[in-house]
Order: sequence, then C-alpha cells, then structure tokens
Amino acid sequence: MTQNRFNLQDSEREEDDSSNSVSSSNNSGAAGMRIIVPLQGVVQGRGGLVLGSVIPCALFYFLQLYLKRNRSPSPSPPPSSPSPSSTQLSELSGIPRSLSRSHLSPRGSTGPTYVSNRASSITKSGDSPYYVGLNKVDGDQYDALENPDGVIQLGLAENKLSLDLVRDWFADHLKDSLIIESGSDLSISGIATYQPFDGLMEMKMAMAGFMSQVMQAPSSFNPSQIVLTSGATAAIEILTFCLADPGNAFLVPSPYYPGFDRDIKWRTGVELVPVPCRSTDNFNLSIAALDRAYSQTKKRGIKVRAVLITNPSNPVGNLLNRDTLYSLLDFAREKNIHIISDEIFAGSVHGSEKFVSMAEILDSEGFDRSRVHIIHGLSKDLSLPGFRVGVIYSYNEIVQAAATKLARFSPISAPTQRLLISMLSDEKFIKKYIEINKDRLRKMYAAFVNGLEELDIKCMKSSGGFYCWADMSKLIRSYSEKGELDLWNKLLKEAKINVTPGSSCHCIEPGWFRCCFTTLTENDIPVVMERIRKVSESCKSRH
Amino acid sequence: MKQQHQMLSKKATCNSHGQDSSYFLGWQEYEKNPYDESTNPNGIIQMGLAENQLSFDLIESWLAHNPDTVGLKRDDVSVFRELALFQDYHGMPCFKNALAKFMSEIRGNKVRFDPKNLVLTAGATSANETLMFCLAEPGEAFLLPIPYYPGFDRDLKWRTGVEIVPIHCSSSKGFQITETALEEAYRCAQKRKLKVKGVLITNPSNPLGTTTSRTELDLLLRFISAKGIHLISDEIYSGTVFTSPSFISIAEALMELKDSEKVRDRVHIVYSLSKDLGLPGFRVGAIYSDNGAVVAAATKMSSFGLVSSHTQYLLSELLSDKKFTSNYIAENRKRLQERHNMLVTGLRNAGIGTLTSNAGLFCWVDMRHLLCSKTFEGEMKLWKKILFEVGLNISPGSSCHCTEPGWFRMCFANMTQETLTLSMQRLRAFVDSADQTPTCRNLIGGSKKLSLSSRVFRLLSSNREVEPER
Repeated sequence: MTQNRFNLQDSEREEDDSSNSVSSSNNSGAAGMRIIVPLQGVVQGRGGLVLGSVIPCALFYFLQLYLKRNRSPSPSPPPSSPSPSSTQLSELSGIPRSLSRSHLSPRGSTGPTYVSNRASSITKSGDSPYYVGLNKVDGDQYDALENPDGVIQLGLAENKLSLDLVRDWFADHLKDSLIIESGSDLSISGIATYQPFDGLMEMKMAMAGFMSQVMQAPSSFNPSQIVLTSGATAAIEILTFCLADPGNAFLVPSPYYPGFDRDIKWRTGVELVPVPCRSTDNFNLSIAALDRAYSQTKKRGIKVRAVLITNPSNPVGNLLNRDTLYSLLDFAREKNIHIISDEIFAGSVHGSEKFVSMAEILDSEGFDRSRVHIIHGLSKDLSLPGFRVGVIYSYNEIVQAAATKLARFSPISAPTQRLLISMLSDEKFIKKYIEINKDRLRKMYAAFVNGLEELDIKCMKSSGGFYCWADMSKLIRSYSEKGELDLWNKLLKEAKINVTPGSSCHCIEPGWFRCCFTTLTENDIPVVMERIRKVSESCKSRH
Repeated sequence: MKQQHQMLSKKATCNSHGQDSSYFLGWQEYEKNPYDESTNPNGIIQMGLAENQLSFDLIESWLAHNPDTVGLKRDDVSVFRELALFQDYHGMPCFKNALAKFMSEIRGNKVRFDPKNLVLTAGATSANETLMFCLAEPGEAFLLPIPYYPGFDRDLKWRTGVEIVPIHCSSSKGFQITETALEEAYRCAQKRKLKVKGVLITNPSNPLGTTTSRTELDLLLRFISAKGIHLISDEIYSGTVFTSPSFISIAEALMELKDSEKVRDRVHIVYSLSKDLGLPGFRVGAIYSDNGAVVAAATKMSSFGLVSSHTQYLLSELLSDKKFTSNYIAENRKRLQERHNMLVTGLRNAGIGTLTSNAGLFCWVDMRHLLCSKTFEGEMKLWKKILFEVGLNISPGSSCHCTEPGWFRMCFANMTQETLTLSMQRLRAFVDSADQTPTCRNLIGGSKKLSLSSRVFRLLSSNREVEPER
C-alpha cells in the first residue's frame, strides 16, 4: 500500500511526550523533523517527504522553543480519549503514521511480532488538534448550571435540538416498537435468530420511505437497492472497498469532513485527493478544479475511481445545485468514474434553498445510473447516532451484491431495526419532525451567525447541516496554518471553546473554523459569544 | 458487463469470500423446499445452521418481567436520549462490565476479565476480521487447525489479504492438534514464503464440538512463545459446553503458565453472544486482549462495526441479572446435552458414529462407511443423496477443509425435538435401504454440471446470500 511505503521510509523516533503537539497531526513533536513547508502537507500526512533543507529544521527548532514556552498541561495519552456521547470517532484529523513497533508494546519489545502497520499507525494519531480538543472537553464539559466555566463543545455534529420529539414518539408508541411481536405472545425468535446481514426487508422499506420524505424526492427510493450497515461510517468504507483497489484515489472537494481521512483511507489503502474550493466561489465545487485535480492525479500514475461529494456539504453547509450535479454526472461519464454522494445531512436543510438529491436527478434524466451511489443514515437527520443505522443506496447491481456480502462485517442490529421500523413508517410523525427540526435549526443557526456577526466574524452562507463555517482570519496573527492553529489553541485554552480548525478539514485558506451549533441551547449562545469576544479583543489588541 | 467489472474493485468482483458451491446448493435447495411441520412435512430439514434456539423462552420470560428495560427506562426515567446519542467506540461501561462478568461466569469464575481490555464489535465475524487487520499485513499468514469453520476463509482473508495455512489434524488422533502438525504447518508456510503471524483456534471447536485439551493449550502456548507469534482463541461456543471434560479457556491456561508475561501480550480471545445466548441477530461480539496496542487499534477500528447503543443497553440489563445468568447457563447446558444425546443415539441406531463431543451446537458425524468411494467425489455424492433423497441439509467435511472424506457436521440446536426425531427416522430409513443397494449410482435429479473438487471456493457469487454456517 502506498501508505506503508511512506511509513517504512520514516526514521524511527522516540516519542516526545512533553511536546504540545498542536501543530503536528502525527504523534510527537520529535517527529516534527517531518514537518515541512507547507504545514498543510503534515496535516494531510504527507510529511514523509522530507525536503532536507536547513530552513525547515531551523523553523522546527524555533517552533519547539516557542511551544515549550507556551506549553499548557499536556493532554492525556492518545489511546485513552473517552467521551460519553461524541462523534469523536468520526472526526480524526490527519493521517496516522506508523512507528517502529518497538515503541508500541507497553511491556517492552522483547518479541519481533507485535502489531501490524495498520494497527500501529492508528494508535499514534491521538495528538492531533482534534483529540486535544476533545480531551479538554471531556474532563471539563460545560454545563449551564453545574459547570458554567467548562469547555463548550462546538466540534461535534450532534443534533440535540429535536431529540425530544423522537423520545416522545417512543414513549407514546411503546407497544408498536417493542422488540417483541407476533400477537399477544412474546416472541424473540423473530429478531434473535440470524437475519440477513444487510438488514430486514421491512427496515429497508421503512428507510426507503423515510429517505423519500426527508429528501422531499418526487419519486420513491427502491428498498431492494438499499444495503443497511452499522452507521454511515461503515457504509462509506464498504463502498470504498467495492469501488477501489489499494492505491487508487477518490477526488474530494475540500474543505471536507475530517473523518473521511480515516474512514476511507485506513484499511482500504485508497487515497483521497483534495480538490480545493475557494471562498471567492463560496466554497462551491468548480468542475475546472475537479478536472485539474483529475489530470494531476493521473500524471502521478494514480488511478482515480470516484468523486466523493457531500451534499449538503460538511463543513461549509452548501447545497449542490442542479447544474453542478448535471456537470458532475457528465464529468464522471467522461472519465468513466463513480460518484459517491454522501447525503447524510439531506434532512437537515434549514435555508431557503431546496435540496436536490442525486436520486432526483437520475430519476428524471437519462444518465448512466450504475456509477452513482448514495450514502445516508439516521445519525444526523433523526439524531440517532447511537443506534448505528447507515444506508448504501446504489444503482449498480454488482455493488449491491458485493456490499450486501460485506455488510456482514458491519451489520445493523436486529432489535434496533425492530424498534425503528414503526417510527420510520409513521409518515405523519416524520413530516412533523422534519418541519419542527428545520425550524429549530434555522433559529439556532440565525442566532449563532448573528452573534458572530456582532463580533465582526462573518460566516459563509450555509443552507444545511449543523455547522457555521466562520471566517476568523482577521484574528490570526500570521496568515498561515500555524496562525490558525494558534488561534484554535487560544480558543480552546483561554475561551474554553472547542471548534474545528479549517486545516483539519483540508481547507487551503487559513483562518476558517467550523462551529457546530446544534448542541447548544438559546441561552448558551450569549455565553459562547462573550468568550469569543474576549479572545477576539485580545487578538486584535496585539495587531 | 465486462466493462462494469473493470470499473469496480477486485474485491467486489472476485469471489474470495469463499462461497462453496456445493454448500451453496444445499442452502438453495433448502430455501426452495424448507421443511415445515404442518405445511411442508416432506421438505428439507435444515441441519447446517449452527444456531441455538433451545432457550429463547428463558430470554422471553426475562423480557416480559422487565418491561422497563424494554421500554428504555431506568428507575422510571427514560434513557432514550442518552442511548440515541451514545456512539463512543469505547463501548458502554455498564455493558462491558456486565459482559466481562458474564464471560467469567461461563468459565466458572476461574478467570477474571478486565472490561478495559474488551473491545466491542458487531458480531464475532467483525471481531475476527478486526484482529486480522491488527495483527497481520496483507500476504502474511495464520495457522488454523483443520477442520475449521468455512466462514473463516471469508472473514479472515477477504479484505485483509491474510492467508490461512492449515494444521493437519487426523481422525486417528481424534482431530487433536499435535506438535508435529504444528511444526509441519509452520514449515509449509515458510515454503510458500508466507510469514506466519499467529495461530487461530476455535475452542470449543467448530465443527468438531470438542473442547481443546489442557495438553493442546499448553502445547500451543509453548509454540507461540518459541516462534514469537500470536494466538487467537475463538471462544464463542464457551457457554455451550454441556458435559465433561470441562472447558478450559486459554485465559486459564495462561494464568497457570510459568513466565506467562512473555506471551500474555500475544494471546487474544474472541467472544460473542450469538451462540451462548442464542442472539445472533443482536450482533454482539468482543475482542479481549492484554495487549494495549491491539486494544487501542481495535477500539478505533470498531467504529466500522459498533454495537447499537440500544442493544448494549438491553443486554447490560439482562447480563447484570445474576439470577438470570446463572439459571440460563445451567438450563441451556442441560438442554443442549439432552438434544446432543438425542442426535447421537439416533445416529447410532442408524449405524452411524460420531466424534465424542462435549460442546457446541452440532456433532461431527462419521459417515465414511457409507461412501461408495473413499474420495471427496464420494463424499459429494453422499452429501447430495442426503440432501435430495433424505431431505437433510448437512455440511460436508470438505467445506470445512477436512482432509479425510466422509465426515459431516450436523446441527441439533436449531429445531424442535420432533423435527430432530423425524430427521433421524429419515436417516435410518435411508441407511437401511442403502444397505440393500451397495453399488454407487449417479444421483437422480442431481446436477451433473457442478464441479466436484474438494476445493470449491472459486465460483461466481450470486445475489443470494448464504447464511453463516457457524
């Protein structure tokens, strides 16, 4: 695997626990020898390419000195980053690196065989900015009453705004959703025994109906094209295994969801090639940029297998319009590649634009469907990440067959399916839920964006999802990734707010931050704004 | 179509998920013509599915008496919100605690498990694959004693790129693992230029239904210590041991080993609730390891197959009820033993012997004397006769990589007593009539187009999914 080639070339270093590894997405400051200009490369994990000049080394040493001076209590060690209900597992940033195995075994390295590269690489990815932030929140989570000085979590995409609706539905409809069924007798055999790994047909039908409703699609989704998995994380990995071989690549418009770096690349050996989008375009995808990225990748001898889009996008929150979708389909046809459309936020549109799914386009036009695959799930639209429900919706029969077989490694739990079937099939409830949720999202989004506006921080216009994509470039001292990470660190340590820095999302323009607003209540917003204001003022006074 | 194939990955279009064709035929035939007591009494009886359906009533009664848990309430307060949002890949602490204690209880509390060393996965299938990803590179190998569970070819090899090298066990030694066989397998791997990363055993064994002896466990620990490799002990049938010799977990053997510190890091246990509790649909599996790096990596990897929080919650309540678990374990064992004895007796009456077994949901049946020729072709012919003429879907030994033709696995825990009795009657009738027709004929109604080599794993997949054959 290409990943391994890089890993084997890296020199082995002792772990340096004392370093505050803000600027390195790999495990230690000592490995900072691999931090080269641009830093972007490090965060993307391409730091194995040592340029071998004195300047980066000198820069590094000064950085070390600077960091040591400004060091705060070091974060807890990588492997243990527990977080009660969090999407941490979906938000790793940076590519994990492999180290000499002898550093891994807690009992010393008497034997030659411990763990594989795949295992060792991931255990060392704990010191990225993202984990540091999560650890800080974990021990000290903000609570309006109990812990008003705690760290406020704005880095996790959980929608707490409308959970009460779902909870109330279950409370009212307990009998319908009980895991036991079949008349008056309790019978567990229906769900306890082996079920199809890709999900019960009734659940597929319920999901098909649900997807039609949330996407407001003119025609319905076909249940037999659905493969259910334990969460969208599993869905996207399985799809990757189906569409690409190790060493192949996907083109992904950036900034993109940090979790893709792990979900897609780790075990599959598939590369992600970012296609940068610019603020001048409102971070919308440009087909020209896509084309350029395709050619460049091809020149490197890497085969591109698919374009991966997220619609509504994460972190920006854009909706892709019809024209872009048509152009994408043309592009894919021309290059003979696939399109993966991650539509997991489709039901969380709060702007005035209407969401258009790939499914809708394919329904109406005569495009070649066999290259289009849609990802969905209940983690965002229905606020149920804990239940692990993901969907691969493919028009390609071979992919359906392969994904069905692969679902055995990431299967959905039968009693959970039973619990959800009747709720998903309750059209009236789903309709009501979508409306109320949309309303609450809209209000919270507006409140958050206005709050930032008052601090002279502008947000990119976003129509869907749980985030504000905020431009804090005016507050960073040096217009670079380092400046951005400095600000991120400040926000975390001084303002005690955890946000996601744009570099974790592979944004090429420094200074953008992703803030999730759906874990907040209305009363929390002034608290957040006040804290940001303090940092903002202290940043401005230094300029 | 060919162009479509080229657009997809090799994994999607190849067939190294190891779907055995003759195997597949058996399932297909069963689904076309499934036995039903009232509606289809002449249909095919499914004896190829290792499912434990004997003790559902115990679980149902617990659920009936615990409506709060089913209603997602704890002390009258709804826990729905917490469950809905809980997706921490470290797993629910209350569930892991309960599971660790349950695992101890099954082992007679002779060993204790630390919940921190437990990694939850969506089923043992996922656990086994995850361990492969964590312990081996593509192209490296694990040694497995044959016969082994056919699903391993898929679970351990498919996406991981890891190879399996068999350890030959013969009927003359009761299919036990010997030192010679281990060394031979290791040498064989080296000849094939495969680096051996470890040994994987299933204890109790599938398809044999026997527990691994103390001697074998000690031998294995010595072997992995000497070679510096890992040992995975798949103990998913540990709760199905219904008679002596009692179950000895690798954890126990490790405890009593001198200098166990040297190998402790390299011993890993796989567990699941699919067999012991009869809840395969719940998809609950676990990896237990003292190796911090493995636990850390496997934990992160488990994000590709997390156990639903809802399921974790239900089961944590169930497993925390000590009265329930101790009663269940005892009662379940009793029922398994009765059923096992029924099968063995029924087979004996038909003049068919079995490997003496004390565990599992199946018997390893010796039908060598019924083969018309002591070859795998003969085994296939016999298997088809049993499928089409007798109406029983059983698993041929060749699909488990057995090197001696004539052995079959028959499951007994996935049907009612009446059905089992009927299956024995049918078999008896078949054997009696077969005595009078000693010559071998081709099957009537059997497909002659199928290739009948003993390695039948390289055929085109179909859209029909074959159910797991544990």
